[in-house]
Amino acid sequence: MNIIDRRREGGKSLANRQRFIRRARALVKRAVREASARRSIKDVEKGGDIVVPADGVREPVLRKGSQGGAREYVLPGNKKYIQGDTIARPEEEGGGSGASDGGEGEDDFRFALSDEEFLDLFLEDLELPDLAKRQVLGVEETQPQRAGYKSSGPPASLSVARTMRNSLSRRAALGRPRAEDIAAMEAEIARLDDLGGNDAKVAELREELERKQKRMRLVPFIDPLDVRYRRFDQVPKPVARAVMFCLMDVSGSMDEHMKDLAKRFYSLLYLFLKRRYGKVEVVFIRHTHEAKEVDEETFFHSRESGGTVVSTALEEMARIIQDRFPANQWNIYGAQASDGDNLPMDNSTTINLLKTAILPLCQYYAYLEVGHAKDDGGGDATSLWRAYELVVGSDETMAMRKVSHRRDIYPVFRELFAKGGANAEAS
Amino acid sequence: MSDEVVTAKKRKSRIVPAPAAAPSTLLFNGPDWNFETLGRIFEAVRQIGEGEIGLDPYRTQIEVITSEQMLDAYSSVGMPLFYKHWSFGKDFARNQMMYNKGYQGLAYEIVINSDPCICYIMEENSATMQTLVLAHAGMGHNHFFKNNYVFKQWTDASGIADYLSFAKSFIAKCEERYGVENVERLIDAAHALQSHGIHRYPGKRSMDLRSEEIRERERRAHGEALFNDLWRTVPVGKGKKPATKKKIEEDRRKAILKLPEENILYFLEKTAPRLAGWQREILRIIRLIAQYFYPQRQTKMMNEGCATWTHHRIMTRLHEKGQISDGSYLEFLHSHTSVVMQPEFDDRRFSGINPYALGFAMMQDIERIAMTPTDEDRSWFPDIAGNGDAYGTLKDVWANFRDESIVSQYLSPNLIRKMGLFQIKDDHDEDEMEVAAIHDERGYREVRRALARQYDVARRDADIQVIDVDLSGDRRLELRHHVVDGVTLEEKDADRVLQHLADLWGYEVRLVESDDNTVYAEHKAEPMRPFA
Repeated sequence: MNIIDRRREGGKSLANRQRFIRRARALVKRAVREASARRSIKDVEKGGDIVVPADGVREPVLRKGSQGGAREYVLPGNKKYIQGDTIARPEEEGGGSGASDGGEGEDDFRFALSDEEFLDLFLEDLELPDLAKRQVLGVEETQPQRAGYKSSGPPASLSVARTMRNSLSRRAALGRPRAEDIAAMEAEIARLDDLGGNDAKVAELREELERKQKRMRLVPFIDPLDVRYRRFDQVPKPVARAVMFCLMDVSGSMDEHMKDLAKRFYSLLYLFLKRRYGKVEVVFIRHTHEAKEVDEETFFHSRESGGTVVSTALEEMARIIQDRFPANQWNIYGAQASDGDNLPMDNSTTINLLKTAILPLCQYYAYLEVGHAKDDGGGDATSLWRAYELVVGSDETMAMRKVSHRRDIYPVFRELFAKGGANAEAS
Repeated sequence: MSDEVVTAKKRKSRIVPAPAAAPSTLLFNGPDWNFETLGRIFEAVRQIGEGEIGLDPYRTQIEVITSEQMLDAYSSVGMPLFYKHWSFGKDFARNQMMYNKGYQGLAYEIVINSDPCICYIMEENSATMQTLVLAHAGMGHNHFFKNNYVFKQWTDASGIADYLSFAKSFIAKCEERYGVENVERLIDAAHALQSHGIHRYPGKRSMDLRSEEIRERERRAHGEALFNDLWRTVPVGKGKKPATKKKIEEDRRKAILKLPEENILYFLEKTAPRLAGWQREILRIIRLIAQYFYPQRQTKMMNEGCATWTHHRIMTRLHEKGQISDGSYLEFLHSHTSVVMQPEFDDRRFSGINPYALGFAMMQDIERIAMTPTDEDRSWFPDIAGNGDAYGTLKDVWANFRDESIVSQYLSPNLIRKMGLFQIKDDHDEDEMEVAAIHDERGYREVRRALARQYDVARRDADIQVIDVDLSGDRRLELRHHVVDGVTLEEKDADRVLQHLADLWGYEVRLVESDDNTVYAEHKAEPMRPFA
């Protein structure tokens, strides 16, 4: 008999599970989208039960049908029947056949997805537009990277450990006497001197000591030959840094519903960024009649009152770009959500700012107008919308969309960030 | 259920309780165990199994796994090595969810028919449960695998691990070379036909010259012994009509293709015109694995019966010998009785006959017939009744029967009465179902025959054969489902499978469902994405 502990070994089925999900990808994706529409923002990145139609992942086999023909069953637990009795056929098929029908029903196939898998499918096919641009154009920036040792260099990069290692081996090879040995010898001579009468022995020792001291002087503790410096090579650093500016109007005219829509949009965006690109900075700017950079928590959850001056937010954005995110080192993206209100006299300033200060620096700028379902179709375009339309027409790096219902958020989001870009058909 | 509990309790009351004076004989105390305990337990179990009962199992290899791994093992049919395919992932995803939600428990063990016999046991189980598992799988199933004739005939326990490892690496290589998608699609198609990729009869072994000569001599001696000059005087009839040319052609073609052939995968592997070598090899792998599991399907009830009877006997003996405590024994009985519970047909929990329940009951019944038969038993089973050798009789039964034959041979009137078995006929042309036989003098034989038929794998699977190929014409492959009792194939599935078949064959495929008088249905499929 043999006992083997296999508990440390992992599972074998994960690869198969991934194959299954890949196989049912289209179905699972649809199911994920449907599931996500029902969820709250906080749960959107959680995994969970997914239901896909069984038909899509069916494994057919040749088996006998459950209908028709003459069948017989042997069942346990007879109580009152005697031979020749007749029994009404049970309603559902094969009331007694039980286990004989082992096939899958027509039911849906239900299983659970992990958080990772869910997000992967949820955000598949999306990307930040033009992220690769800066990389390709290449502002050549380098960073030092360790690459062994060299024998000359600045004192700051002296490698003590490597130097001492060389020194030790050289001292050992050339037989440099150790300081302790010499000290011991001197002590011995002093002891013999005190005792007296061992002159021959003392003389011999002194001679020996002298020889050793000479050797010690000849073979230095650290020779210039031993010294080593750390060597650095300059490696070009890929620049794929991106910063995403989230701008939102938080003034009184934005009601809870609108804020909710905007929040959902940004949640998706934030999720997407965190997920897709490791090195993405996100800057949150909220504005009323004045703009302020805030952290994520404040951005989504705190309230503010005041008028609406969009240009303040754009100014703030331009300032932050200048301070912290030089355009030659960062890919810059902007996303703005608003109900479309703006102080009419501010519109021209806004457009100007956008055209001259923001868009030239941005890879992409998306404007999301949130509203109510009843506003759809008939209503006049808002003042900001009309203003932005002028910009969009002339500039390809900007896109705008209207959203009035929660269920539209995800499609719009996809449209804006689908691979290949969506700004071409911006309305 | 109540029956089993009563027998179990009776047995317990018969047993002299373990003497309290010798607690040192206990194999373990409490639920905790370590590898040393496992070794001790297995040794004690083996002493009873091999020493007292005289079982002859393979060597055992115990592998301790976690519950996650057990879940994992479910979905590659329990095999330690298996090729990759999405369908196993689908099972895994489902099991995982069912388990996490608490809809489904886990098996205590998985046992593999290999040499050495691999038993997976779960780390979460108590020492008592490990004892039960080692007795059940390590002794019962293991003995059955090694000695039952179906397994001997069809499986090579020492080679399976190597073969699976070959299959896995071969399929992985094919995926690298020909693309995952192509291989996956081929395996899909092969899986769909897996149930019809089995040889049901062992092939004729080709004889060497020596035995050929012996046979020839025997045949001649037989002819000479039967020779009677009288036959010469019998008037000769007209004889058969000479076969037409067309008929001769057809016979010759079928002979070359070895038709009819019921092993569809085998036929494709050997004859499909457009498959590449690696594709044939993969069909072969799937087919051989199906063949490896064929014995398990034929002996499910017996196999569980054998293992359950064995663990019950071993646990009881361990308790009698004072090697497990009363508490452990009760823990075992609790689990045992729930395993062998048989809900009655009108019970909400009923889902067919529980193989553990029927198997265990039959083994106990055979033991009873051998040791303390009634007059009825003596007239029904003159060969074993009262022979006084229960262990010998059982071992003989385990070696030489399968589910279908053990039921038709050894299901006793006593057991039919005890379980209240009755037979129902459900003819779709009638308005109502009929009770055809019950547990009475007139019904015993019919119930027994009907139950045996229910366990006959060859009858459960649809009888589908490749009957012809139109080689000179459009190469259409003709199949026939020989319909029994008017039960036709599940239509949607049949069409899907036929599509796979057409893709494999590369030309049109037609399946006719008929019996001697009626044609019930006809399915056709054209290849949509032929493998080439």
